[in-house]
Amino acid sequence: MSALAVKHLSKAFGGLHVTRGVDLDVQPGERRLIIGPNGAGKTTLFNLITGELTPDAGSITLFGRDITHVPSRRRPHLGMARTYQIITLFPHDTIIHNVSLALLGLSPLRWNPLIDMRRQSHIVEHARAALARVGLVHIAERPLSQTSYGERRRVEIAMALAQNPKVLLLDEPFAGLSIDERRDVHRLLMSIPREVTMVMIEHNMDVALEFAERITLLHFGEVIVEGTRTEVVADPRTREVYLGH
Amino acid sequence: MSFWLLLTVNSITFGGLLFLLSAGFSLIFGLMRIPNLTHGSLFMLGAYFGATLVGGYLGMSFDFWIAALLAALLVAAFGALLERFLLRQLPGQQLAQVLVTLGVSFIVADFCLMTWGGDPINVATPDALIGFLRFDALVVPKYRLAVIIIAIVVAIALWLLLERTRLGAMIRAGVDDPDMARVVGIRVSWLFTIVFALGAGLAAFAGIIGGPILSVYPGLDQDMLPLALVVVILGGTGSLLGSFVGSIVIGFIYNFGQALLPELAYFILFLPMLLVLIFRPQGLFGRFVP
Amino acid sequence: MSARLIACALGIVALITVPYWTPGIYYVNVASQILFYAIFALGLNVLVGYAGLVSLGHAGLFGIAAYAVSYALQSGLGHPVAIIVAVVVGLGAMALYAMLSLRATGIGFIMITLALGEIIWGLAYRWISVTNGDNGINVHTRPEPFGFSLDSANAFYYTTLVVFALAVAAVAVFVRSPLGAALAGTRDQARRMNALGYHVWAIRFWACMFSGLLTAVSGILFVYYTQFISPQTLALTSSAEVLLMVISGGAGTLLGPLIGSALVVIVKSVVSGYIERWNMLLGIIFVAIVILMPEGLVPGSVRLWRLCWRKAMRLRAAKTETPP
Repeated sequence: MSALAVKHLSKAFGGLHVTRGVDLDVQPGERRLIIGPNGAGKTTLFNLITGELTPDAGSITLFGRDITHVPSRRRPHLGMARTYQIITLFPHDTIIHNVSLALLGLSPLRWNPLIDMRRQSHIVEHARAALARVGLVHIAERPLSQTSYGERRRVEIAMALAQNPKVLLLDEPFAGLSIDERRDVHRLLMSIPREVTMVMIEHNMDVALEFAERITLLHFGEVIVEGTRTEVVADPRTREVYLGH
Repeated sequence: MSFWLLLTVNSITFGGLLFLLSAGFSLIFGLMRIPNLTHGSLFMLGAYFGATLVGGYLGMSFDFWIAALLAALLVAAFGALLERFLLRQLPGQQLAQVLVTLGVSFIVADFCLMTWGGDPINVATPDALIGFLRFDALVVPKYRLAVIIIAIVVAIALWLLLERTRLGAMIRAGVDDPDMARVVGIRVSWLFTIVFALGAGLAAFAGIIGGPILSVYPGLDQDMLPLALVVVILGGTGSLLGSFVGSIVIGFIYNFGQALLPELAYFILFLPMLLVLIFRPQGLFGRFVP
Repeated sequence: MSARLIACALGIVALITVPYWTPGIYYVNVASQILFYAIFALGLNVLVGYAGLVSLGHAGLFGIAAYAVSYALQSGLGHPVAIIVAVVVGLGAMALYAMLSLRATGIGFIMITLALGEIIWGLAYRWISVTNGDNGINVHTRPEPFGFSLDSANAFYYTTLVVFALAVAAVAVFVRSPLGAALAGTRDQARRMNALGYHVWAIRFWACMFSGLLTAVSGILFVYYTQFISPQTLALTSSAEVLLMVISGGAGTLLGPLIGSALVVIVKSVVSGYIERWNMLLGIIFVAIVILMPEGLVPGSVRLWRLCWRKAMRLRAAKTETPP
């Protein structure tokens, strides 16, 4: 059974076909990289998978369960987590509050208007543990607005991991990071256990290639090449897409 | 003359007046993306200015039409100052700008109360337009006919401005995509001032034109603002045609509603607006969703 | 933080002893007004400050509860039943209000709520067979909880104070709760909240219902205070005034609604005796706060206080470092 399977997924905005009949089959524990030039439809594909966009045609299956019509807010409850290209966290709150919100999202406690959030020791402990995993527990009480960009990226990953996802979608996790920060994030991602299947969109080839086991190349919303790292790198069509000949 | 015929004529007249009021509101909403909550007060301010100029001020008494133009210019200038010194302090913060227009409406309304007192002021119909015109069974007050004609003239003038001038092209670009307009080199902030002043001037003009029909009284702003809102929501954000069609429709709903179902008149007036906001938020002819 | 505790303690003492230090019954009544309008502002603040949704029709909901009490009493029902009816009707109206207005956010939400407020006002004004139109409805008696009469200004004040304390406690509990944190999250990053598994619409809906409860309670207190309800209470200006209370005090703070309410009520009831242009004053204050101190008086004053404190500290440090 695939962890994440996408069949004939299509989406058009007016006359513009952003996703054309995309097929994707990610096996459990796999590290899949999605590449393609700007405008290839990579983020749109993620938006379709997470449900923020409704596909015109096609299906999405998560561990055998058809989630094509499941509302986007339910998908994290089924084990799908995602990070964004542009960081959209909660700047007025502390780092640990940000992570607590991620934990709370899957908990029935989120409907409770009576208990004190700060006294929920199990949430606080889990949040600290999640921050420890990304090496940020020492600044847990710092407001997000006073953190560096690299630290915020790691907070975002902590939030995604805190939800114990079965499939983790990462949209350009290395974007805008310095060399050191990139190294830290890379090490972090490599340390994630195989229980979590990972699909990553990335432009930065050095770090991304090291991470990828299988690669899917998108162009104009279509899958052009797919295969193992060596296969895709060697494929002449890859060069064609990037260099135009 | 038949009751229904009279009601119809009044509806079209009122629609014309509403168009003069809401064209400006629609332009401001279209370009700046804010419902200008001062619009009703600007209508009232124009009516008061016009009434004073017509009635005689500092020993001078003005011709009705000159008074109308002067009032419009005065209020347009005020609108420009309002945009330049208050709204521009909050660039891009639409929510805050709406609140500022709300606050200013309080200030303008109280200013009018202070300056002109609590009693309603009647505005005399211009001499040339007193009386009626007869078309068979149809008896139409001359002034009401004039209002309809003025509304049509202004509609055509605005259309020409928007479709045939460079300024109009810039305004339309700003309505469609303000960011893109900036990139292309259009000074959007300067455009904001112009359009706000134009909208204010139109509202004031509508106020004094409406004077002989509605008279001027404290609370006129509270009566007119919701109507402008309904017309623009119904007709469509940023669309002149929408304002025109919406005005006529609301003119009819308002008059027929008052006559047939007085207890629910307000309800049926706002119901189409509510339905549009819920099911087709861009309005009948709108270019974007608020 | 002990300065804050001292200030709070002083404030509580001041509130409890109002009848003893104010110059007369008129001012005790002003204090009552400040308190029930503060409850109204607390209710609106749940939406404006914590949900990030600016409602311009809240006076309509306030008025519906007030009219419900009046109508129930007029129909011969006793006070306890009338109050319960008013709360139920108020909540029902809020549910409908929320379902219609939550189809949008931001400017769209403002416009739908403005329209809803106008519709409710229009019904109050024109549906004469039910609301008696402009003549309004009189409420002749006040309830007598546990046999105590509320006719005196002091008695009514203390009852309002108790209800206000409960309202503040309720909001404080809500804000610290998981649902409160979720609501604030939807205000800051609605899309992210959705991606984290939250049901954004439902969270906002329950926030509206909480707001509706506080609004209904304040409307009931209002109508027992003035013993009269007319359409003027539901006009757009009333919705604007309560919004001014929330924003001037400080949206999203616990104390802001009380300060904002005090500001507006004092201008309307006390300052209006000396300045005829108090409406203009309110407008000027509103514009000034939105432009100059948008976070409101409570956070703004705290910020100014800290700034002055730091400047004073720096001056003192500089003095001790002056070279010989």
